[in-house]
Amino acid sequence: MDYLLTEEQKMVRDLAKKIADEKIRPVAAKYDQTEEYPWDVIKVIAEAGLFGLFIPEAYGGMSVGVLNLCIATEELSRACGGIAVCYAASALGTFPIVLFGNEEQKKKYLPDLASGKKVAAFAVTEPEAGSDASAIKTTAKKEGDHYVLNGLKHFITNGGDAETYVVIAMTDKTRGARGASAFIVEKGTKGFSFGKKEDKFGIRASSTRELIFTDCKIPKENLIAKEGMGFIVTMRTFDMSRPGVAAQALGIAQGALDHAVKYAKERHQFEKPISSFQGIQWMIADMATEVEASRALIYATARMVDAGITGVSKESAMAKMYASDVAMKVSIDALQIFGGYGYMKDYPIEKYVRDAKITQIYEGTNQIQRNIIGLQVIKEMGK
Amino acid sequence: MNIIVCIKQVPETTDVRINPETNTLIREGVKSIINPFDMYAIEEGLRLKERFGGKVTVLTMGPPQADAALREAIALGADEGILVCDRAFAGSDTWATSYTLAGAIRNIGAFDLIICGKQASDGDTAQVGPGIATHLNIPQVTYVKKVEDAKEKLLKLERMLEEGYEVIELPLPGLITVVKEINEPRLPSLKGMMRSKQAQIIHWGQKELNLDAQQIGLCGSPTQVVKIFTPPQRTGGQMLSGEMPEVVNKLAELLRSEL
Repeated sequence: MDYLLTEEQKMVRDLAKKIADEKIRPVAAKYDQTEEYPWDVIKVIAEAGLFGLFIPEAYGGMSVGVLNLCIATEELSRACGGIAVCYAASALGTFPIVLFGNEEQKKKYLPDLASGKKVAAFAVTEPEAGSDASAIKTTAKKEGDHYVLNGLKHFITNGGDAETYVVIAMTDKTRGARGASAFIVEKGTKGFSFGKKEDKFGIRASSTRELIFTDCKIPKENLIAKEGMGFIVTMRTFDMSRPGVAAQALGIAQGALDHAVKYAKERHQFEKPISSFQGIQWMIADMATEVEASRALIYATARMVDAGITGVSKESAMAKMYASDVAMKVSIDALQIFGGYGYMKDYPIEKYVRDAKITQIYEGTNQIQRNIIGLQVIKEMGK
Repeated sequence: MNIIVCIKQVPETTDVRINPETNTLIREGVKSIINPFDMYAIEEGLRLKERFGGKVTVLTMGPPQADAALREAIALGADEGILVCDRAFAGSDTWATSYTLAGAIRNIGAFDLIICGKQASDGDTAQVGPGIATHLNIPQVTYVKKVEDAKEKLLKLERMLEEGYEVIELPLPGLITVVKEINEPRLPSLKGMMRSKQAQIIHWGQKELNLDAQQIGLCGSPTQVVKIFTPPQRTGGQMLSGEMPEVVNKLAELLRSEL
């Protein structure tokens, strides 16, 4: 399907594809096995200028928007969902500063994040606060010119490897969700340490760690927007970043489909390539259609974001939910086409299944996405 | 340091097939790329520029579509691209090509270093680099695998030999040809790609270069291609099986009948 991409968007796609094919594919299995952070690939992505796509030009970025971010994430994910999420999670940690940061914060943090010299992370989740973000226990207490942070964040993507963290903490527990605030915390700040690195089912090239705050003193200038804005910062950030997670899922699905079709043409049974059997053709037809539908939904949502339309929560949630469900289904079907070989780690396809699963869970489980969509649809009907 | 990198646009050889009747390359539908060895030349040029400042100019001779190769080099970080293109240059062999490129380099003016890939993946001659140095009467070092040390007017180089390497000092201006061991070429950047779209490629023909008409194109090419042919494809051999003495006898019999 032709999405009538601009010259610039085609350039981003071609460049990301080149990085994926030449620099990611050869090392994807290695990082999946070793769980090391893929710094060498991150450096290549940084030098290519892809970290700054959605960051304003005034702060060293390219100002080319969320659709370009989605296109880049999709292409990188085709080769490895784990390496791609290191990239996408940095965008997630950067969005709060782009959207709500003041001039000083933007000047201080965005240029290094745009150039990829530093990687960012966004920290909301806690052991007792997953889907229920209002249950956050981490506190930030104002003391003179500082805030003092105490608490524990967990399952933080890029945790430990990122330099710049946006952390959601409670400044006023009595106000519930309205008592949450967003802060920028730099790695190396006294009282800020990291817990264990998680041993994960998929996206193993990416790092996931606990963030531990013990009387961690940060300057009051690191507060993003105002006290009490933390929940709004989080929701608006997710509106922007969900198309990116959706694009990661799309890339995983497309990558799995690519492998499945190639394998179906090569694999012979009953003296014919298995691609000549209708049973396989129908599977491929369904997979390809669903992948295309998911792409159409993501690109349309990203175009809304880039056009400056606010209130895209429903569309973002639809894109994230649909694309990740498709990624799970398509990668499982792709493995089925590989048959017994697909179950073996010598073949690339089982990794796609493992990498796909997380996209249904993080940045809001698909059940939470359905809550967002359902409530919004009912609200719209009431108008 | 002002650096000139000479490149060639070639068909992506992994895709190339030969028409068995005409013995010519089937070029239709085959992607054109920068000669892979020239990618190392571009990279080394960019690295020297990053160390010493200055400018990297990429130069190529070829048909109008070779413009794309120059733009790709600009996307990687080269400052300027020059395309030497004229019907008068058509049919050039390595001698006429190096004469023409040397003429273009004189037209560019002052330079410190010329870098070429060790050879092109289509012709495989490895003659154009040395030819340019000869025409310009400057020193040259071929098969460079490492720039050990660089000063404004002197390069200390490692030149690859079949066994080991030799260390050579090259006074500048000079020319080097490089092998793939020298570096790992970078990928383009998005900013570079955008810049390359806008870049003005300089076109020079015989009118601008005003070269000796006897030394350019087919007329200036002493190489005569007598015959081009595809070696016949190897067919599968014949396997003999059975007990050793029986096989030996059979083999001897076959060899005798073939002689």
